Amino acid sequence: MAATYYFAIVGTKDSPLYETELTSSSKAASNFDTTPKDDHRHLNQFIIHSALDVVEEVQWNNQALYLKVIDRFNEYYVSAFVTAGNARLLLLHDVKSEDSIKNFFNEVHEMYIKVFMNPFYETNTPITSQQFDSKVKFIARRFL
Amino acid sequence: MSDPSAYAYPNSNSARLSTTSSVYTDSRQTRTKSLLERNLNRTKGAEVSLSALSFLFSEMIQYAQKRVNGIQDLERKLNELGYRVGLRMLELLVWRDRNPKRETRVLSILYFIHTALWKGLFGKQADSLEKSTENEDEFMISDNEPILTKYISVPRELSQLNCNAFIAGVVEAILDSAQFPARVTAHTVPIDGFPLRTTILIKFDKEVLEREEMLK
Repeated sequence: MAATYYFAIVGTKDSPLYETELTSSSKAASNFDTTPKDDHRHLNQFIIHSALDVVEEVQWNNQALYLKVIDRFNEYYVSAFVTAGNARLLLLHDVKSEDSIKNFFNEVHEMYIKVFMNPFYETNTPITSQQFDSKVKFIARRFL
Repeated sequence: MSDPSAYAYPNSNSARLSTTSSVYTDSRQTRTKSLLERNLNRTKGAEVSLSALSFLFSEMIQYAQKRVNGIQDLERKLNELGYRVGLRMLELLVWRDRNPKRETRVLSILYFIHTALWKGLFGKQADSLEKSTENEDEFMISDNEPILTKYISVPRELSQLNCNAFIAGVVEAILDSAQFPARVTAHTVPIDGFPLRTTILIKFDKEVLEREEMLK
């Protein structure tokens, strides 16, 4: 069963720095699967955006980086991970698997920090690196 | 005290993580790893020679001095340079910690700066962390012998200048990105035995105090 995920990195000013759709099925992007999902694509951004408020509430009561599932929308769950510099990694998923999502977040967090360390990277600008994109997809295939 | 291994060429036999980026690097005929494959812990505990840093810092000050007029401007320029360092220090130091967590209270972020940041930058903790008795929103972190400005002697006309404005910028960036916006400045406050003692004065914005109240 193909589990689809929508992953976004939201900066401190609430603008998306990186977004991607991932799927755990090896028959990724088969024509049969994508057409109904097309309608949901713009919805993903709305769901993530409204989840930001919930993240803000939860993050002040919890000192952990990984905030687990913080919001639900119909059958989708929103899991959040907040970095020390308040960048939020948000994952929209329909299957609950805390451990693998935690590992996924930790690996992407490390990649994010490596991009962030670049002195030429300005905070809150979109991450356009092709390598970062392929790394995230690779991590997704490994853990999700 | 020098160990420039932080900038030494990495071993070309080290394992590559993903096949896609090895296509890039092989075609570029280079031995350096891509940005995303460098180990974040490689420079943990590494030291940079003080003479090299002082030289770099003196060039930074001269660079800033040409582009500003006045002491406030110069301090602000140094603050901006330190800001960029602080942003990255926060993420890196939290990640490198064995139990990474975010700070949600004022005292804990100040404690983090007093211990972890100072240790990360200078190899030792800061000398004191104090809360001002006059204002609720002011805190002070002092360093008896600031390493960064050890070899700086300020001319009499600029006696108000404290080049630790750079450090103030680092602290300000950490507080800003951890969502504790504040104004941070550096002041020279000599005491017996420590003529170069510098105090970093931190003045939090109102919203920080309001949130602290709500969290109590």
